Amino acid sequence: MAALTESNPLLRTEALTVRFGGLAAVNNVSISVARGEIRGIIGPNGAGKSTFFNSLTGVIRPTSGRIVFNGENIAGLPPHAISRKAIARSYQITNILPGATVLENVRIASQSRRHNWSMLRHHRSYGDVIARARAVLADVGLTGKEDELASNLSHGEQRNLEIGIALATEPNLLCLDEPTAGMSVTETHATVDLIRRIARDLTILIVEHDMEVVMGLAHTITVLNYGEVLAEGRPADIQANPRVQEVYLKT
Amino acid sequence: MLILENVDAHYGKSHVLHGVSIEVRAGEVVGLLGRNGVGKTTTLKAIMGMARRTGGRITFEGRDLEGVPPHGLAGLGIAWVPEERRIFRLLTVLENLRTGLDRPGMTPARRDGLLDKVYAYFPILKERRHQAGGTLSGGEQQMLAIARAMVLEPKIILLDEPTEGLMPRMVAQIQEIVHALHRDGVAILLVEQNVPLTLDAAGRVYIMEKGTVRHHAAAAELRADQRVIHEYLGV
Amino acid sequence: MDQIIIQTLHGLVNGMVLAMVASGLTLIFGIMDIVNFAHGDLLMLGAFVGATVLGMTGSYWLALVAAAIVIAILGALLQVTTLRPLIGRDPLTTILATFGVSLVIQKYALWQWGPSVRNISEPVRGDFNLFHLQYPWYRIVTAVVAGLILTGLWLFLKYGKYGIWIRATTQDRVMAQAMGIPVPLVYTAVFAIGSAMAAASGVLFGPFAGVTQTMGLDFTVRAFVVVVVGGLGNLGGSILASIFISLLESYAAILVSPAQAVIVSFVVLVLTMLFRPTGLFVPTPR
Repeated sequence: MAALTESNPLLRTEALTVRFGGLAAVNNVSISVARGEIRGIIGPNGAGKSTFFNSLTGVIRPTSGRIVFNGENIAGLPPHAISRKAIARSYQITNILPGATVLENVRIASQSRRHNWSMLRHHRSYGDVIARARAVLADVGLTGKEDELASNLSHGEQRNLEIGIALATEPNLLCLDEPTAGMSVTETHATVDLIRRIARDLTILIVEHDMEVVMGLAHTITVLNYGEVLAEGRPADIQANPRVQEVYLKT
Repeated sequence: MLILENVDAHYGKSHVLHGVSIEVRAGEVVGLLGRNGVGKTTTLKAIMGMARRTGGRITFEGRDLEGVPPHGLAGLGIAWVPEERRIFRLLTVLENLRTGLDRPGMTPARRDGLLDKVYAYFPILKERRHQAGGTLSGGEQQMLAIARAMVLEPKIILLDEPTEGLMPRMVAQIQEIVHALHRDGVAILLVEQNVPLTLDAAGRVYIMEKGTVRHHAAAAELRADQRVIHEYLGV
Repeated sequence: MDQIIIQTLHGLVNGMVLAMVASGLTLIFGIMDIVNFAHGDLLMLGAFVGATVLGMTGSYWLALVAAAIVIAILGALLQVTTLRPLIGRDPLTTILATFGVSLVIQKYALWQWGPSVRNISEPVRGDFNLFHLQYPWYRIVTAVVAGLILTGLWLFLKYGKYGIWIRATTQDRVMAQAMGIPVPLVYTAVFAIGSAMAAASGVLFGPFAGVTQTMGLDFTVRAFVVVVVGGLGNLGGSILASIFISLLESYAAILVSPAQAVIVSFVVLVLTMLFRPTGLFVPTPR
């Protein structure tokens, strides 16, 4: 695991603000994520977690502030440009291609990173792409289901495929948006194991409502409330923080 | 009166409710607590016939809700105040209320009586009765949503996170209203994330986690020992 | 100059008839997302029924009312048998269904009334004198009747008990159901109202150009253009757009033949899609 030092952050936001009309959904948020870290982002409903994610991944343009990734300000770039910077994202609503097989889904994502869409070469000749796709499937535990139609997978398997598609683009930063939403307890445990496995070479940002998942996975947790950073620290510290408890329990 | 027995529900492929069992007796206020995404709203939607029920039974006053079309629930006495409020934005306040007032069997006298009652609870709605629903503030829309449910003269109101996004002063007002409805004899299934309000208003509380009911106790018990609350709702 | 005045009158009159057709279409689309390809054919059927009733009774007004009622019932039956079972399915399915209905109606009309043109004689004879120009009274009467019907529709939607049900269902079907509004019934009623308006338009337009099996097609196409330009589901918008487009077409007819003037509607359509896709007469979304 890389040294979790503040001097070598992979991602840094500086006074990031996103306003919708008069409302600041994200207000002056400055966080710093080190290489190899798993950062959990939690907060009550409406805290601005989704908006924060959306501004990181280019879906929304921030009103002010900077997002510095690998030393470069990426704030305001469109999603495809952000993808090229090696930031990948999984979504709350599954975005897999239901009519394609599991392998095809991952292969297409992998291909986007490795080749320039030549129309003349047959896809089967992209040996390295297929090898990479298979490796990703192994990582997300879908090896036996290569030729299965993606729509035939169970919900939990589909969510894991979604993570696989993001992985196949060879990101440096992986943003996971509520990866265990709608999963049973068993499926959740499987996904947590999956995330631990892939976290070896990656930096991960994870938004979650399931406290067990976040507390168990994250090195550091950032708590958002009304668009601002309320607290930040190790899981144990966050759990003991009375202001955080107050916000969650509204006492 | 309202009984959910072992209810399973799916959204598409996602298995969102696992064997949920909840009961609300006539005139009771029952709380349903849990963090975001645990299935509280889905439970209400399953009652309203909006989520695909794949297992278990839901009965109201002994009648299985399985065959009842969505527009038949109001007639049975079940009113819904959704999380997003879902005010008819292009209709005026009065027209919003009329969607519930103009029911079969309603006489002008009864209608006026209900309107007066609702305006007594919510004077601001009377003031704004010719204003379009979409121009009301968040708190006013919440009041309108509750008023709209009240004019159905329901036996039970499914109240989904009424205090979400409201200022503390409005939260107190909502608390008042829940008490008043209870005094009127209306049962309430209150879905909330606001713990103190729920423990104050409800007699019994169910706590959900990951699509299922994990704990069920009297509100008094939970007030006395907050550890369970911390475990399921805290951090 | 005379030409312009006459064309303006033409435009206004045609616009009112078109507005009646388009209102039905936009109501149906606005509330149940159905693109009713059979709308023009319901108009045509209404015109034929009107012509028949006129032949039997000699009364234009009776023919108008009878056509509206008969086609309203037919519309309701159609909706219940062919469209209700398709609710919730892919929109392409309903498009195909209404298209199929359209073909059936056209062939039925051919079978029932034969290929020759039917006549609906004007309800009012004589011309009306504007300065030194003469313009047929019945056209003015047609525009006024259309205007009255549209006003009646607007009042019904705005103040009537069922009008509120229709508006609520259009805005939020799920919440309307939760309030106890019987949405499936509302759908059928709206389809019936739309059909009745199409039928009435057919009878109103009958004296203008005779009643033929294909008279509906012109209207269907132009009505769709109006619905888009006026804003999908926007009643006021489609009325304004109908008048706007009909006026433009009429003025264009001064320069080119009427058959070619219809191109104007398509130009307006394309421009609307390019620059104001939500509709020309819809307030800019913020």
